Amino acid sequence: MKGKSRPDLPLYVMLGPTFLWLLIFVMIPLFNVIEISFLTKNPSGGIDFRFSVESYASLFKRDFMLIMYRSFALSLQTAVLCLLIGYPFAYVIANMPRDYRKYFLLFIMLPFWINSVIRIYGWTTLLRMEGVINTLLLTLGIISKPLEMLYTDGATLLGMVYELLPFAVLPLYASIEKLDVSLLEAARDLGATKARTFLRVIFPLTMPGVFAASLQTFIPSLGLFYISEMMGGGSTMYIGNLIKNQFLSARNWPLGAALSLFLILITLILLKLYTKVGKLEDMA
Amino acid sequence: MKQPTISLKNVVKYFEDTQVVKNLNLDIREGEFFTLLGPSGCGKTTTLRLIAGFEILTEGKIFLEGIDVSAKKPNERSVNTVFQNYALFPHMNVEENIAFGLVEKKVKKAEIKQKVAEMLKLVQLEGMEKRMPSQMSGGQKQRVAIARALANDPKVLLLDEPLGALDLKLRKQMQLELKHLQKNLGVTFVFVTHDQEEALAMSDRIGVMNNGVLEQIGTPQEIYNQPVTKFVADFIGETNLLDASVEKVSAGEIYVKMEFGHACLKATGFFQNEMVYICVRPENLKITAGDTPNFHIYGKVKEHVFIGSVSKTVVELANGQEIKLTTPQMENLYPVGAIVNIYWKDDHGVILRTREEQVYTMIENTMRAPGGSDEG
Repeated sequence: MKGKSRPDLPLYVMLGPTFLWLLIFVMIPLFNVIEISFLTKNPSGGIDFRFSVESYASLFKRDFMLIMYRSFALSLQTAVLCLLIGYPFAYVIANMPRDYRKYFLLFIMLPFWINSVIRIYGWTTLLRMEGVINTLLLTLGIISKPLEMLYTDGATLLGMVYELLPFAVLPLYASIEKLDVSLLEAARDLGATKARTFLRVIFPLTMPGVFAASLQTFIPSLGLFYISEMMGGGSTMYIGNLIKNQFLSARNWPLGAALSLFLILITLILLKLYTKVGKLEDMA
Repeated sequence: MKQPTISLKNVVKYFEDTQVVKNLNLDIREGEFFTLLGPSGCGKTTTLRLIAGFEILTEGKIFLEGIDVSAKKPNERSVNTVFQNYALFPHMNVEENIAFGLVEKKVKKAEIKQKVAEMLKLVQLEGMEKRMPSQMSGGQKQRVAIARALANDPKVLLLDEPLGALDLKLRKQMQLELKHLQKNLGVTFVFVTHDQEEALAMSDRIGVMNNGVLEQIGTPQEIYNQPVTKFVADFIGETNLLDASVEKVSAGEIYVKMEFGHACLKATGFFQNEMVYICVRPENLKITAGDTPNFHIYGKVKEHVFIGSVSKTVVELANGQEIKLTTPQMENLYPVGAIVNIYWKDDHGVILRTREEQVYTMIENTMRAPGGSDEG
């Protein structure tokens, strides 16, 4: 900033475009959703402009609670699996010679260049009854009857983990790579084995990465609806499908809006929690 | 003779194709303050890391109290390290940091608490148990790092330029404290530094390293007064180096000829016509207006610099070489431009061989011979 000084533009010029963007693409739609959630559904689809809290009341119905519970369970499983797979993955990459790291990080980023629906569709061709894996196993004589892999809850979980793994690996990599090697040497020097060093030094110091990875997998997985539809066959209902259905097939916009707001609320709470943990880490 | 605490035998270390430590042989005695001194990149830190077990030997063996530890992991060696950047665990408070090694050893909680308190007292940080490293100054972190290492009752404490990050005043204070700590505890210290003043002030013995080779091992006095190589003479303190050749050898005395003059030194083992370096410390040089029996090195007084306790005089020889000498007082100075003769007490000058391979033979000989210059 020093040396070449820029002319000071008025605040409204500097913040204006950002504010406008947020207003048009975030605030107005959000208020629209809030508004809809308090209206009444029209039996023939669409909404009636009559105030009602009926959609919020129905959030507490047993069926919905069950779906929410199931969604959270799936998201939790996804987040945990992403951590379990992502941590060793990130650890190995972070400990590679510098020249190799960028290639492996590139491999992780590469799938982002292809639309995720197409990638998930790719999985279905692998897992189908007459898909690549079954054909291969049958030809090799390892199995005599095709395995039922696609359209199971397991397939949904697989798709979720596949889709969200990069979001776990990247923050984990960032925090592992930052580790001061001399701290690990100090732990070894003080008598800790490799495993103990991991437990007492590496893992605690990479907690910010673990938190970031958990959130970045847990939150998006709550909203992903097409994976459970494409890979799980849509037979098991999750909160994402539920919301989608309220808008597209069930035509209950207020309920869909209320469900969406509920999801946003959960996300905000989690983010708040994360920044709190982040602050604690900074203090240490 | 007592078994050395640490013994390095023909230690060689390569990093890829670069030989960083070249055939190092070194015995460190129990309870001594041993310093590895050398310029950056001389292999001193690598040697320390080899002892700690952070680096794996390419060749040779390392013995700890007579036991071969070459293949042992860092956590299996009863040595502890004080790191250059302290390497305190940022997520643990002072107490947890110091207790780290004790927890690994499964020492009882009450005992740990007692030991931590004892260590904090030792490094004068009582009452700081709950502080986080981020809330401490560099000097305090340094003390915690020392306490953390010593809490494990190591046989040897390895210190990798531990005072490098401190400011000068604190550094001087910590030098003395460390020295006293070492003497009181009787733990063997291996200290790495590039600061020759620090090495001279703290050590029982110093090993001077250059290019992966131990050039000389000896007490600070030996290293300073009787350097065995040109590098050591040049690296430790200020010195005047003169190219010369041996003119005449007689019983215990050697007459040397320089480009502009000649001198006489006390030395044995040199041959006629051999090319040598003469090395004399500035404080051992004297000047006079006339001839002296054995010295004939004339030059012109170029300048005087008063630096407090002493004054520095620069004498320029006919070939342009500047000879530096210090005199205790400003009085009796020859005026600038005066022609003077330089001389010294005959045992104040050190004569060194020029050819490197001969120097190395000499070092090896002194190291092998019992009662050689590596004996304090």
